[in-house]
Amino acid sequence: MKPSTLKQILLITDGCSNRGEDPAAVAALANAQHITVNVIGILEEGHTEHSLSLDEVENIAKAGGGVSQLIYKQALTETVQMVTKQAMTQTIEGVVNRELKQILGPGNTLDDLPPEKRGDVLEVVEEISETANLEVLILVDTSASMHHKLPVVKEALIDLSISMNARLGNNKFAILGFPGKRDPAVKVMEWTERLENVSSVFPKLATGGVTPTGPALREAIHEFSRQSLPKRTDGITEYEEFGS
Amino acid sequence: MKNSAADLHAGIRLTGKWHNGNYPLIRKLGSGAIGTVYLTKRNGVDAALKISDKRTSMTMEMNVLQSLKKVRGHFLGPCLFDTDDYVSPSGQLYTFYVMEYIQGSRLDTYIKARGVEWLPVLLLSLLEDLDYLHQAGWVFGDLKLDNLVVSENPVRLRWVDVGGTTQLGRSIKEYTEFYDRGHWGMGSRKAEPTYDLFALAMTALEIMNGGRFPKGDTPKSTIRKALSRAEKLRPILEKALSGKYTTATAMKQDLVKHLMKNKAPASAATPSRVAKSNRRKAGLGECVVLSFYGIACYVLYLLQ
Repeated sequence: MKPSTLKQILLITDGCSNRGEDPAAVAALANAQHITVNVIGILEEGHTEHSLSLDEVENIAKAGGGVSQLIYKQALTETVQMVTKQAMTQTIEGVVNRELKQILGPGNTLDDLPPEKRGDVLEVVEEISETANLEVLILVDTSASMHHKLPVVKEALIDLSISMNARLGNNKFAILGFPGKRDPAVKVMEWTERLENVSSVFPKLATGGVTPTGPALREAIHEFSRQSLPKRTDGITEYEEFGS
Repeated sequence: MKNSAADLHAGIRLTGKWHNGNYPLIRKLGSGAIGTVYLTKRNGVDAALKISDKRTSMTMEMNVLQSLKKVRGHFLGPCLFDTDDYVSPSGQLYTFYVMEYIQGSRLDTYIKARGVEWLPVLLLSLLEDLDYLHQAGWVFGDLKLDNLVVSENPVRLRWVDVGGTTQLGRSIKEYTEFYDRGHWGMGSRKAEPTYDLFALAMTALEIMNGGRFPKGDTPKSTIRKALSRAEKLRPILEKALSGKYTTATAMKQDLVKHLMKNKAPASAATPSRVAKSNRRKAGLGECVVLSFYGIACYVLYLLQ
């Protein structure tokens, strides 16, 4: 297999979107462009009635072909790396399943294979997710209520870099915060292979404002096309892409 | 897991979709992030059955167990008997596998009952297995107290869950923070023999400190504090934690040297142990003799 690039948006939020277009619709738009959208919702400690709706988190991830998880902030570290890995496997499995259907006819998915055969296929899936290149755009909610959670987000992202740096494939990360002063989202960290540099950017994050999740997701999609713009102009795509 | 509570419980029998094996779920043995393990019978013999609706993770575990089977002539992890799917009456699809049932006690329980001098002895047997595993191109990954069992006849420390077992050089598939060197800022999450040896040293520290301890603001000094309770094992554990043993065998050799120096390893009647073994005072003497014997046998065996 050729080296492949998996593209993901990781949305970390603690509130419902309250400005702009439906985030699930934007997530669907991302998915149509082969970008997976994962959502982690951070619950408020001790609140029985929280501001975060399970439905919204699930709907965005479903529409975006990704994984969602609602958690308390202590669990953020393990969740971030688990969600990222799980979404990679899920995307690759999706591709493999479609190929299987094409080769063997409808009704032939991984579930229709006996466990021994399935094992062989999944070994390939595992191999690809270990060696594929990964681009993750991290979209962090910086509305006022997130203020005391940002140190935990920083820790979790450093931990994510430890997990991802151990892979054989290459990684690239960028961070957007939302809302920005004038725009729905603002770039906090440029595309880099070294997510551990996140420590230096976090103190600069200003918190406050509304939660325009939909428009911010749209910014995130643009960020991917902006990044790959130079490649598109010479008419050659460097990598084979995984679609869903 | 959707519907799993209603679908799966002790008392039912299930039949495999592909190989038609029929297994009773006799009693729940435990459950983890990926699935639930039940006691079952296969050809009249006790066996363990792990079942889950997480198809991908389950299949990857089976792959590992299959490959370990191929490691010639040595027991590495539980033996795999059958792999299959189960469709519940409600239509939910599950994946399960049947493996050898390894009976034994938890390592910490065993040490509490029989004395801390058993710890290095038991570690020897595990280090030997780890070396075979590493040579076969695998790293265990999620090495921790919960995944270890002391089996009798012969007394041996064995691992029971291969969910984290990863090919050498890849990224560790599954880990638990306390045992993970990345979490402590003391190394990468690349699958290398040193990764397992770090986790093994943390397991020893956990036992000798009476439980896990939080990382704190300065992880390294936390570890140093924990090491101070390791007494004579301290230099060995320290080396393992800092990645100085590149193979399990190197750590094993140091342990053997340490055990050989200890002419009287069993400080048999430490107050805490007397208190704990009050109810079986009669067994205490026997226990000491046995531990002496055990260590002697091991050392002799290793020196062959």
